[in-house]
Amino acid sequence: MYDVVIIGAGMSGLAAGIRLAMFNRRVCILERHYAVGGLNSFYRLDGRNYDVGLHALTNFAPRTAKHGPLPRLLRQLRLSWDDFELAEQIGSVIAFPQSRLRFNNDPALLAAEIDRSFPTERDGYARLLNKLLNYDELQSPLAAASSREILASVINDPLLVEMLLCPIMFYGSAREHDIDWGSFSVLFRAIFLEGLCRPRRGIRTVLKHLVQRFKRCGGELQLRAGVREIIPGDNRALNIVMDDGRELQTQEIISSAGWNETMRLCQAARQPVLATTPASNQISGRSKEIANGPMSHGGQPGNIAFIEAICTLDCQPHELGYDDTIVFYNDRPNLNYARPNDFADVTSGIICSPNNYRYTDSEAKVDHETNGDTQTNGDIQNVKLPEPVEGTIRLTALANYDRWAELEPAEYQHQKRHWFGQMVAAAERFIPNLAQHIVAHDMFTPITVRHFTGHEHGAVYGAPQKRYDASTHLENLWVCGADQGYVGIVGTLTSGIQVANKLLQRNN
Amino acid sequence: MTATDIRDEMINILAEIVPDEDLSNLDDNQPLREQIELDSMDFLDIVMELRKRYRIQIPEDDYINLATLSGTVKYLEPLMRDLQRA
Repeated sequence: MYDVVIIGAGMSGLAAGIRLAMFNRRVCILERHYAVGGLNSFYRLDGRNYDVGLHALTNFAPRTAKHGPLPRLLRQLRLSWDDFELAEQIGSVIAFPQSRLRFNNDPALLAAEIDRSFPTERDGYARLLNKLLNYDELQSPLAAASSREILASVINDPLLVEMLLCPIMFYGSAREHDIDWGSFSVLFRAIFLEGLCRPRRGIRTVLKHLVQRFKRCGGELQLRAGVREIIPGDNRALNIVMDDGRELQTQEIISSAGWNETMRLCQAARQPVLATTPASNQISGRSKEIANGPMSHGGQPGNIAFIEAICTLDCQPHELGYDDTIVFYNDRPNLNYARPNDFADVTSGIICSPNNYRYTDSEAKVDHETNGDTQTNGDIQNVKLPEPVEGTIRLTALANYDRWAELEPAEYQHQKRHWFGQMVAAAERFIPNLAQHIVAHDMFTPITVRHFTGHEHGAVYGAPQKRYDASTHLENLWVCGADQGYVGIVGTLTSGIQVANKLLQRNN
Repeated sequence: MTATDIRDEMINILAEIVPDEDLSNLDDNQPLREQIELDSMDFLDIVMELRKRYRIQIPEDDYINLATLSGTVKYLEPLMRDLQRA
């Protein structure tokens, strides 16, 4: 019946769907939820629009740029730069007790800040940049190496190492304490060298264009369509059985549900990540290195999960003296990026505001539009929307899924309230009087993430061990998304494209 | 399809894959990738567009023929001679 069924209508699933439908494959995307977007979905509550996961898009490139992950994915998906309505960050900061480093989309700022705060590390930082620029994603034997070790080999001051690791870990490490050099390189470029940006009206703009493109290519999208089981036979996936009992036939399946989640659908025992043979390393040669390298693990679900509060303010954040786009804070000299023993750990975290981006005068500054129209085709740039009164602050902290999972409902609500208070208190030294100005908030925990996306343990960055070649024990079952390769919006869009291209080339 | 038709169709395909590029002054005998920004993913899209529109399968060993516009037209002519423009 179908050439390809894709499980999950998040970024990677939609991107894979577009590529396959674009080249005339019969594609059906099955989404369990009633909305698209997965970990990067959007919703409405009490008349306000919220983005589930979006803090920022990485890998900013200007409209005319032709190189880099963003232009490449726009080309591959046949979308235009204007479709994403991107505004650049104003500027962000890494805030440790002894030092603060500011950065924005001009790498010169970070270099100058490092020069100012760590004058003896100018050469060390230059050596680091050199290593990063010379890093060849597809070939490097260093892909699985420990980033901490490599950083320590070029930079003497351990504080600078911790500070550089902080945003990188928070914006993309599924692993505690350290990160493989391959991922570090990708994320360093994504955050520090290319930069951060945001679609003016939030993630729904991106999702709208992805869904439209997919449907115009002839793709089929089913919502409220959960997959119960994948029936294997003879090394192949034979049928898909839906929650409602329907059976679907398809030649190939791409699952963005996550590695363990997909294995469970096959009723297979949890598959450890095996060293892949060179012949199957069509996407990159990293799989083997990662599987055998010092950073290799079995296929464990990730320990990294978060709590997050989205706070609506009765004013714009800059009126409270807060005009940073993102603050990555840490209260100790060392970063403790790990699952906390307690419900959450507010001694480090992220504070960000969707308001603090470079929106031009003719554009809306915030997307709390009460008209809620997501179908506008008009030329938004020339419409001056009234400046909204309300502002938004997002607060994020590392969390322990198991602690939250054990709670009875009443206690769960109690702990949510308690930790919301903790996060707000921690943020107040960056945003004075924050609490007084909060008129509404929504809070999610690792349980929320698991509930709405199905991702185990509420993991937002997938499992620590990635399946770069996308293959599984079944010859026509593939995985895409955070567990396949890169994380975040740009990362998972790229993942979907790469896995789809792999299938397209095989069939060519 | 004539050689001119084939060339027009190639421009058409390129316009879809790299819409921001100026395709009006291409030198047919110079490698495409030296005149416009085409990476290997874009190149594979050309091959897949030809397959999609005309059911032409181009084996990987033959990709070398597609480096220039004139080479491409020459390679495609026997395959597309009897086809109608899509």
